[in-house]
Amino acid sequence: MVKAKKIEYWRWPGGAWSNPDIDWQKRKFVTAGIDVGSVSSQAVLMVDGQLSSYSSTRTGYDSTKSAWTAMNMALNESNLKVDNIDYCIGTGYGRVNVPFAQQTITEITCHARGANFMYGPEIRTVLDTGGQDCKAIRCDERGKVTKFVMNDKCAAGTGRGMEVFADLIGVPVWEIGPRSFQIDKEPEMISSTCVVFAKSEVIGLLQEGRPENEIMAAYCAAMAHRITELLNRLGIEEKFAITGGIAKNEGVVKRLEKETKVKAMKTEWYDPNMRDKGLPFDTQIAGAIGAALFAFDMLESGKAKSIRKA
Amino acid sequence: MIAQYGFKDGSGEWFFIVDTDKCNNCVECVKACPAGALEICEDEYDPLRKKPVVRFKPEERKRIKYTCAPCRPGYWNKPPPCVASCEPGAISHSDGWKHLYGKK
Repeated sequence: MVKAKKIEYWRWPGGAWSNPDIDWQKRKFVTAGIDVGSVSSQAVLMVDGQLSSYSSTRTGYDSTKSAWTAMNMALNESNLKVDNIDYCIGTGYGRVNVPFAQQTITEITCHARGANFMYGPEIRTVLDTGGQDCKAIRCDERGKVTKFVMNDKCAAGTGRGMEVFADLIGVPVWEIGPRSFQIDKEPEMISSTCVVFAKSEVIGLLQEGRPENEIMAAYCAAMAHRITELLNRLGIEEKFAITGGIAKNEGVVKRLEKETKVKAMKTEWYDPNMRDKGLPFDTQIAGAIGAALFAFDMLESGKAKSIRKA
Repeated sequence: MIAQYGFKDGSGEWFFIVDTDKCNNCVECVKACPAGALEICEDEYDPLRKKPVVRFKPEERKRIKYTCAPCRPGYWNKPPPCVASCEPGAISHSDGWKHLYGKK
């Protein structure tokens, strides 16, 4: 029997990274932030408010297991152990399923705080494009949320929608952004709001024999339009940044910038030490960074006690 | 902080809006709401805040359009009970209901 070869186009690479310059042996506090989302899980370890290591992986059917996987990846990368952690805060959709977190904070609060750390204190509007929801957040110079709007009901214009689309069209998810610009003329956007209806509309376009790149452009434009509607409810104030997985898709980001007429900040470290080294910047870790920073604040202000065992 | 609970869909914007800086957690709105959709709890969006604050119950957020419909917020000749009961004026609604029920 002939078996079809299974390729998962939606699968994106996870990974871990650590800052070799940070010596955790001299630390006052090691704090951890863990963001268990609906699609991806991230763990961040911070030594006295400095980013030490992070990891990003996919959330499986078991959020507890995914939380451990992400945490172990980050720990291995920086040679730390679970017992060395002073305080850990969980965030994200699956935050209640993190067994080793001492406290949970909503992802909206954490993303605002994380964006404040990553893009600098002048950031005012943060758009978190998550796996199954989009949140538009306004924050002040300390990264405190002043206003937010989130679509509690619908998953249109989210990362999971892009994965479904990648799988359907048979293009790896990271190629969609660049390829959506290899077109002669900007096509009309996909008109359906819903991911399921959008999928049938794409199938229709494929049957018509439209070029793949054009369909990708149509889908990216539709997603940008959906997110713009959410942002308009909030009102964009500069400076504006996008966090989450969709921030890596230039096809959506550039079209969003065009539609809102506001430039999104480059995915570049605010911290000059990090920027000069040309270190990688992962927009998906903003929530986990925020959680780790809150953990540090809690310890510093004496609101929480360290649980370090070793 | 202005917290907005609810959703937006093809039929309009359905949000319950609370200005948490104005909220004095007096519980009047919780008592006034005929649907029992409000509750007072710790501010989930500001972990460093000490005082509790009113919020829309998470399980009601997905059906807010129907939960709030009997009071017709933003349209009736008197404000809805939650808005009327709020002395500091922290509560408001988006204009989805107004467009749906209001006089054309």
